[in-house]
Parts: sequence; structure tokens; C-alpha cells
Amino acid sequence: MSDTLRNSIYFSLVAVLIIGTGLLQSWNSALFILNMGLISAIMALGVNLQWGFAGLFNVGIMGFVALGGLATVLVSMPPVEGAWSAGGMRILSGLALGIMSIVSTVLIYRRMAAGRARNLAILAVLVIGFFAFRAVFDGGVEAVEAINPANAGNIGGLGLPVLLAWPIGGLFAAAAAWVIGKTALGLRSDYLAIATLGIAEIVIAVMKNEDWMARGVKNVIGLPRPVPYEIDLQSSATFVAKANAYGIDPVTASTLWVKLLYAGLFAVVLLVLFIMAQAALKSPWGRMMRAIRDNETASEAMGKDVTARHLQIFILGSAICGIAGAMITTLDGQLTPTSYQPLRFTFLVWLMVIVGGSGNNLGAVLGGFVIWFFWVQVEPMGHAFLTLVTSGMAEGSALKAHLLDSAAHMRLLTMGIILLCVLRFSPRGLIPEK
Amino acid sequence: MDLLNAFVALANFVLIPATAYGAQLALGALGVTLIYGILRFSNFAHGDTMAFGAMITVLFTWWFQSMGISFGPLPTALLALPFGILGCIGLVLLTDRVVYRFYRAQKAKPVILVIVSMGVMFVMNGLTRFIIGPDDQRFADGERFIVSVRSFKEMTGLSEGLAIRTTQGITVVTAIVVVAALFWFLNRTRTGKSMRAYSDNEDLALLSGINPERVVMVTWVIVATLATVAGVLYGLDKTFKPFVYFQLLLPIFAAAIVGGLGNPLGAIAGGFVIAFSEVTVTYAWKKVLVYALPEPLEPDGLVQLLSTDYKFAVSFVILLIVLIFKPTGLFKGQSV
Repeated sequence: MSDTLRNSIYFSLVAVLIIGTGLLQSWNSALFILNMGLISAIMALGVNLQWGFAGLFNVGIMGFVALGGLATVLVSMPPVEGAWSAGGMRILSGLALGIMSIVSTVLIYRRMAAGRARNLAILAVLVIGFFAFRAVFDGGVEAVEAINPANAGNIGGLGLPVLLAWPIGGLFAAAAAWVIGKTALGLRSDYLAIATLGIAEIVIAVMKNEDWMARGVKNVIGLPRPVPYEIDLQSSATFVAKANAYGIDPVTASTLWVKLLYAGLFAVVLLVLFIMAQAALKSPWGRMMRAIRDNETASEAMGKDVTARHLQIFILGSAICGIAGAMITTLDGQLTPTSYQPLRFTFLVWLMVIVGGSGNNLGAVLGGFVIWFFWVQVEPMGHAFLTLVTSGMAEGSALKAHLLDSAAHMRLLTMGIILLCVLRFSPRGLIPEK
Repeated sequence: MDLLNAFVALANFVLIPATAYGAQLALGALGVTLIYGILRFSNFAHGDTMAFGAMITVLFTWWFQSMGISFGPLPTALLALPFGILGCIGLVLLTDRVVYRFYRAQKAKPVILVIVSMGVMFVMNGLTRFIIGPDDQRFADGERFIVSVRSFKEMTGLSEGLAIRTTQGITVVTAIVVVAALFWFLNRTRTGKSMRAYSDNEDLALLSGINPERVVMVTWVIVATLATVAGVLYGLDKTFKPFVYFQLLLPIFAAAIVGGLGNPLGAIAGGFVIAFSEVTVTYAWKKVLVYALPEPLEPDGLVQLLSTDYKFAVSFVILLIVLIFKPTGLFKGQSV
């Protein structure tokens, strides 16, 4: 069987699964799976760049995704009345002070000769910088958070079109990746894993606690959308007429149409990124990356700067995750920092890449769809399975109730077992690398 | 100015909690570092191994409590601890047999093993949540305090109180006992020496007739013991919640790396470095400063350097600094 035939069979199976969901359950949930599947495929592409091309192990995908979500709020929300005049500038200058003290520490470290004088200078700059930062920053935060805390209490955004937030989300993620890559790359591979694990936790902690930025756990709702609102469609006469012509009632038609529009947008992004990733893989650069992955020492002997190349691809991959994160938040229409769970946003993406076939872009895309489909459907399946298992037990027995309650945790178990089985029995995934 | 009261406040809010937390982290980091030294990968499932061992202990504790068995003033969990350790050893050895042994035979790259350990983490986390649920569980009983604030005040006549919780006392004592036993084992027994030899140079160890499978098995048994003890102590001292153990991974890894991965002594030092920095940076120093400074200098604010929500940031920053300046850790660990 040729590769093309096999791949088309895989993708038609995915299409059958999604269409089957539409026929058996509802078209709304089918389109939801499709939309999130598209986004998952983009995340998987990003991680595949890091793992498949370069062998870098990123356990902090959640953090980069969350940074993308943050960008959506900061770019697209309208600015909060009076927040900028009350404390916005003060927050910015506080942050600038903080960054300046870190930069000057680095400069001192580079320029001064090693010795006690340098250590003292660094210590002094850091301590003074920290207190100056807190003194300026805290006042600004208080002023901003005091503005209408029930509905706002943040500085809002720039009021720009929400689509602009997608590339900016990528930039945010790239900046964070630069910091991590700078410190942890070039050391043992495990260190990058641990450092990314840390940055993800910290990004989430910052998003939960810095209310001035995006309201923290109070969430930001009602983000602007790149597509029309259902309610507007339902009140538009032409749309209602069209829906009736197809024999669908206008309410369902409007929700489906909105989801389809999203699907179109996401598909365009996925296509562009996929073509770019494919081109990169086939280019001399891609071959160099794989050479580095397969034998670092030999590539280094050939004059390749392994650490710099790793940093480059790590930043690129993280940026793609940031773009996907901004897209998820746009699709949800709200930013809820508590919804960022490592199992959902980090390990699930890993599963997608490994199941799909690491090192193969098409594989990553396929993995994104397949795993997302099962992620959505495993819970009802798990519930059905446990209902079947417990059907012989007496009604009202404690064990039965407990087992049924625990069905929600079947997901973790199933995903873990799938990961272990794929790694063991089919480590190259559904569509292996060529 | 009242330095005595300042010191008591400092001890009560910083020194004692940080010591207990440091002991828990040190036990966790010892497990990570041993796996790294012998099996040569970073075990991401360690947090959930702790959670699993603690969960078995919690279940046995409840069973004992329901039968009316208690341990006097000490928590019943200490009686249940051996059963928890046995359960955890069973699971870990099973995992090694079913999962890790295959990759060991293949001589897979460490990063593959790290990903595999992530899969194991999923499964263990799922098991724990499946059996006991994702919520907080209380299982501490017995006497709550060794020294309570009121009795301390009566005893000393100071205006500042000092409390030592039983769990804190038990944590420190248990940690000392466990660590002493571990070092005695590693340095004095034949098996322990063969473990160190295997960790230092695998090929030479194999040549001298050391059975690698036995070394690995003993390592897993020790690691499961350490993980369960650390998990139970943390659960007793704070709370048992499966997700918290996953979050402990970062400070534990930071501790192991700060000390030097693969170096047991370093893991202990690293645990205390992380714990003390975390507690001092997130503690609101106002109370201590009010006692320690002359009146005109007394601070207005809380004098909290960083809110407690950012305690993970502390271990992270320390980790970054160590990675930048001394990637082998304070005590020389294994290769960079």
C-alpha cells in the first residue's frame, strides 16, 4: 500500500468519525470537534517541530498556549475607561524598571571583571531594582484594580481586531521560549523539560493572580469575535430566508454557520503553517535539523551551532503553540486561567504528536484530529463502559456509585495507556517519518 | 526593639515550617536523584508515585480508624505507612517490569525514558483519582501540637507565641531516620555499594559481576519507600490532594538539580535551599521587623517580597540561576 493511499485512508476515517458524530449526536458537536481538532493539529505541528525535527522535549506547552490566550485579551478588548490615566503608565514604567535592572545585571556580569566588586554591584542593582520596581509597580496596580472591580479592574486591551491577536500571541510565546531556551538549551535534554514545566506553572500563576492584566480568576468574557454573532444572524432577514430554504431552523443554522466560519479561518491558518512546516522539513535547514537530532556530535564537527539551532526551532515551535492558544481563546470568546490544565494542554498535545507520528507533519495533523476526537468521546464511552460493568451490582451499592463517579477520571488512565502502548509497540506513530 | 520576640516570630513562621517543608522536599528529591543516578533519567512520575503511596496509606489509615486502632498521640497514618510503602513498591516494581525494562534492554535515549515516565505519570495519576477522587482528603489525627502557642506563651512569658505541630515534629524525625538509614545502606552494605558503583560507572560495575537487574530493583524499592514517606509526611503536614503532588514536581526537581542530580547529599541540601528560599521570599516580614527594628524604622506594609501564589516562581528562579552558573549543581552531580 502506498503512503498516499494509507494517509488518505487515515484522513477519510477521521472525516467519517466526525461526520458520524454529526449524524448520530449533533452537527454542533461535530463542528466543535472539527474546530478544536484544527487547533489541536496546529499545536501538534508546533510540538512536532520541536520534538520531531529537533528532539527537544517541551513539557510547558500549556504555558505557551496560555500566553497566546493572554495576547487575545490584551490586543482585542477595548481599553478600560480611565485605567491608562489612573495607573497604566505607572505599571508600564514599573515593568520597564524591572527589565532594566535585569538587563543591567547581565551587562555588569559581562563587562566587569569577576571578583567581589562585581558580585556587590550585581547584588546592589538587583536589590535596588526590585524595590524600585515594587514601589512604582504596586501603586499602578492598585489604581488600576480599583476601577470598577466588579466588571473591569484591569487595563483592558488595545481594541485592535482580534485576528491581529493570533500573531501577537505567537510573539508572546516566542519571547517566553527565548528566555527558557537561552538558559536550558545546551545542557542535558532533561533540563529543558524541567525548565519548561516550570515556566508553564509560572505563566498560569501570573495569569491567575495579576488581576490588572486580564482580571485573573475573575475571567475576561465577551471577547470580540472575527465572525458574526448568532443573534445578529437570527435577526437578519436574508439569513433566515436562506436557512429556511435549506430547511434548517434559523437558530441551529446560525450556530452552525458561525462554527463553519471559524472552521474556515482555522483551516486557513493550519494550511499556511502546514505548508511552511513542510517546506522547512524539505529544505537544507530541515535536513540539518534532523542531522543534529540524530547525531549532535557529528553535526557539531561539521560546524553546525547546535545550541543556536535548537534555540531557533524551540522558539518557532513555541510561537506556533502561542498562535493556537490565541485561536482557542478567540473560539471560546473568554479567557479563564483556571481552565489551563497541564493534562489537557501539555500532555494531550504530546499524545497527538506521538500517536500521529513524530517527525512527520502530516502525522502530527492526523494525531491532532484523532486524539482530540477520542478525548471528547472517551468520557461518554468510559461512562457507558462502567455502566455496563456495574450493571450486575446491586442498586445503591457504594462501590457502584463510586465507580460511576470516577468515570471522569477514565480519560487520564486511557490517555496514559494509549501513550505507553504507542511508545512501546509503534514508536513511529500512525504516519512514520520518511 | 525586642529581638527575642522577633526571633520567636521568625522561628514560628519561617524556620519551623521551612524545616518541615525542606525535609519533605529532600525526601522527594532523594527519590528523583536516585532514579537519575541508577536509571539515568528524570522521573516525571515521581510526584504521582508519592501521591499513590500516600493514597494507599490514607486508605489504610481510614480502615484502622474505623476499627478503632489508634497510635496514641501520634497520627494513625504512621501505623498505616508500612502498608502504603508495600503497596507503592508493588506498583513501582510492576511498572518497571511492564514499562521501563523494555527500554532499558533497548538502551533507549534518556529523553525517551522521560516521555515514558510522563505516560506512567498519566496512568498513576488516573489510578489515584480513580480510587480516591481528586478532592482534598483529611487523614491526620492524634495530638495536634507538640508545643502550642498558648502553652509556649505561658511557659516563657513572651508576647509572641511559638507552635510546633506534631506533624512537623514527625516530619523532621522521620526524615532524619530515613536519611540515616539510606546513607548507612548506600555506604555500608554490599548492595548499597554495588548501587553506587553502578551509578558511577555502569560498564565497570557490570564487569565486576554486579547484577544490573538487582540493582535496579533495589533502587525502585528504595525510591518507592522514599516517595511514600515523603508523600505521607506532606499529606499529614498540609493536605492530601492528588493535583498538589503533581505541582510538587517542580520544587522537587529544582531541589535535586540545585544539589546536583545523582548526588544524594546534594538532594538533601537542595531540598532545604529551595524550602527556605520559598518560605522566606513569600513570608510577610512585617511582624518580625516590627519586633526587630527600632520604632521609627518600622515598616507600614506587609514587607512581603512575593505573594505566596508565586512560590513556584522561587524554585524556578533558583533552578534557572543554577542552570546558568553551575549546571552540575552545588555538590557535583553527574554529567551536564
